[in-house]
Amino acid sequence: MNTMSATIAHDHHDHHDHAEEAKENALFGFWIYLMTDCILFASLFATYAVLDHNYAGGPTSKDIFDLKYVFVETMFLLISSFTNGFAMISMHRADNSRTIKWLMLTALFGLGFIGMEVNEFTHLVLEGSGPGRSGFLSAFFTLVGTHGLHVTTGLVWMSVMMLQLHFKGITPRTSSRLLRLSLFWHFLDVVWVGVFTVVYLMGVL
Amino acid sequence: MFQSVLFGKLTIESIPYENPIIMGAVGASAILTLMLLGWVTQRGQWGYLWREWLTSVDHKRIGVMYLILAGVMMLRGFADAIMMRIHQAYAEGAGHGFLPPEHYDQIFSAHGTIMIIFVAMPFFIGLMNYIVPLQIGARDVAFPFLNSVSFWLTAASAALVMVSLAIGDFSQAGWSGYPPLSELKFSPGPGVDYWIWSLQLGGIGTLLTGINFFVTILRMRAPGMSYMKLPVFTWTILVTTVLIMMSFPVLTVTLALLTLDRYLDMHFFTTGMGGNQMMFANLFWIWGHPEVYIVILPAFGIFSEVVPTFSRKKLFGYASMVYASIAIALLSFVVWLHHFFTMGAGADVNAFFGIATMVIAVPTGVKVFNWLFTMYRGRIEFTTPMLWSIGFIITFAVGGMTGVLLSVPGADFLLHNSEFLVAHFHNMLIPGALFGYLAGFSFWFPKMFGFRLDEKWGKRAFWSWLVGFYVAFMPLYALGFMGMPRRLVHYDNPIWQPYLLVALFGTFLIAYGIFCQITQIVVSVRNREALRDKTGDVWNSHSLEWSLPSPPPFYNFAKIPHVDTLDAFAHMKEMGIPHRAQAPYAPIHMPRNSSLGVIIGAFTFNFGFAMVWHIWLPAAASLLAIIIAIVARASDEDVDYMLSAEEVARIEKNGASASAHNSAGSSSDLITQG
Repeated sequence: MNTMSATIAHDHHDHHDHAEEAKENALFGFWIYLMTDCILFASLFATYAVLDHNYAGGPTSKDIFDLKYVFVETMFLLISSFTNGFAMISMHRADNSRTIKWLMLTALFGLGFIGMEVNEFTHLVLEGSGPGRSGFLSAFFTLVGTHGLHVTTGLVWMSVMMLQLHFKGITPRTSSRLLRLSLFWHFLDVVWVGVFTVVYLMGVL
Repeated sequence: MFQSVLFGKLTIESIPYENPIIMGAVGASAILTLMLLGWVTQRGQWGYLWREWLTSVDHKRIGVMYLILAGVMMLRGFADAIMMRIHQAYAEGAGHGFLPPEHYDQIFSAHGTIMIIFVAMPFFIGLMNYIVPLQIGARDVAFPFLNSVSFWLTAASAALVMVSLAIGDFSQAGWSGYPPLSELKFSPGPGVDYWIWSLQLGGIGTLLTGINFFVTILRMRAPGMSYMKLPVFTWTILVTTVLIMMSFPVLTVTLALLTLDRYLDMHFFTTGMGGNQMMFANLFWIWGHPEVYIVILPAFGIFSEVVPTFSRKKLFGYASMVYASIAIALLSFVVWLHHFFTMGAGADVNAFFGIATMVIAVPTGVKVFNWLFTMYRGRIEFTTPMLWSIGFIITFAVGGMTGVLLSVPGADFLLHNSEFLVAHFHNMLIPGALFGYLAGFSFWFPKMFGFRLDEKWGKRAFWSWLVGFYVAFMPLYALGFMGMPRRLVHYDNPIWQPYLLVALFGTFLIAYGIFCQITQIVVSVRNREALRDKTGDVWNSHSLEWSLPSPPPFYNFAKIPHVDTLDAFAHMKEMGIPHRAQAPYAPIHMPRNSSLGVIIGAFTFNFGFAMVWHIWLPAAASLLAIIIAIVARASDEDVDYMLSAEEVARIEKNGASASAHNSAGSSSDLITQG
């Protein structure tokens, strides 16, 4: 009896250790993935820097950027990071329903950001300033669009997480995933600060 | 309308049925595939294959699958090589070889792409998959399922290249795909798209592997194994993974931008409309130069395991080996411009990159001297892996010197894009990468399969390869000095022809070497009982993988070893520490196999194929299916299980009894008699 309970205790211990190790590996691995994503964005920024005056007779950055509009767009994303922080606090307090609510709010702001971006892109394309107009516009649409694609991926991920939280609650697996989603979301904010500065601010000033 | 939704640009004319050479190759590949499928069906092994291999998340099984992929693709890549050599040997003056220009151009583009991306990469990734977790005392990699996905992404992209043979064509823009030639205007066919998507999707698989092994080596080492106690092969892999993570995202971007140019009429690299062609060259080689070291550093690691083992000495200068690897990695990021000195960046820029390139010779030289000093006064056993290593050191030194020559911008202006360059990089990659992988293959084969490879055929393969290499590539150096450019489909200079005939003869010698290698495997499988490795330590070597039975049980280590020194296993043997785990055992936590890796791979292939042919609906559906598969994986709670202690005890007992027969003496004595 004694030996048996010892084995079981050991079993649990091992299982727990392994789960903990797997969680930390996943978090570390995700950080590393984000760094590779950083290099991806760095290459796109470099491309933009090379092409940003290649207007080819088309519109210049001063012609097409509206700082006020982009400022509101930026605020949407920054606020979504803030609400995402509240979701994480609720998660650490093991308050499932509140976590879901904060995530919903985050997704709503994220959706607002994407909506505004799509609106901006549509207007540009309809005005004849689409990505095929010049090297500058190709670089602009690709850099900003890649960020937008990342945000969209984040939104899909967030929806899956809300469903998982609804059905499974806050488990070691779901909380580990939420932690990574939150890293991803904040990372996209940091990249956007770069986009806002390099593309919009420096383009207009 | 309906047809374009279903087939995009794909028509029945896309199949090059009027070209007998291509159709012959397609027919042969199809017959071989059907024979293989038939053989599996006849033996009723589909269930076994599916359960134990295709869906496996075991790093050892995945490693072997990578090796098989590399082997198959090498035959394809070599077939391309021999066709090019035959063609060029008879393309002087009135002779026009046997290949039309558009076919010849596809062959050299495919040869380069296949040899780098689908031979060199899967070959070393296969070896590292099998060996690294064993060397660091781990039960698997950090993310076993991701590992399976990585493999299937690579396999799907290789399949995409193979399909381009039968449906449509391959890129004619060289393996580096420079615009404007690779732009839609000058390459309107699907060839460049095949090149783009196979590189892109395979590249994502490689990036994921890089992250996976970086995390594995950093976080899953056995207790006590600090960084300066890491086996040197694992060290080079660690450095390689850093290179992968830093350079492959750049490839992803480069290919994506070219894709946008071709698919959405953008202007990144086009002529006019604000495009910048040289940006492609820069971006491509910011990935491409580190890529050279990505394939060479693991081979350096293999030589550093093989040379001390068969010199019966410790590796000379372990720490300097580690620092040299790191130095090479750092320098590899500041030399990319030497691939296009002739771009016109100006004398000072060229001087910087020229000097940086020369500096790489220093850490590489450190390594060469370390191997030489390891052999110095050692009791050298001339086994096949050792022969590959010695052949490498000599040949690689020659290639290194021609590289330093090319790094002088003034000299490069003369030799740029000549046959001299072709000779140079083959002189680096064949001994530097391939000889290393082949050394590693024969070195670790007994560990993987439980029996040694036949030495006689191994040595024949080595000598054919070595002599064949010199005969095939030394004439190309001379041709470069004589002014012959690379990639010529026809020439009017009769003085060149004899050199090309000699090179062709060299290629036949290499072909015999490949034949010997295949024969070696067949002969060894037949004689496997006589070649059986019962000790697990067939070469009397020094790192942890040799402390396990051959092949190791699927959980690798029944108990995770504790490491006190560098060359941990040599230390255990010296001190008489029992290296096989003793009872009582504890239960082991294992990941479950998953069919989602294969499924993601299959849809990735569909996606790539549909994108090549502009069949948007199936492309979108495949992408959606991949997303669903990922979500399904994320929702699956039943991804692992506990292997009971009794089961571990049973497996260990069987393994131990097998190894008890031949525990005394070094079995390597047996091998050197061969």
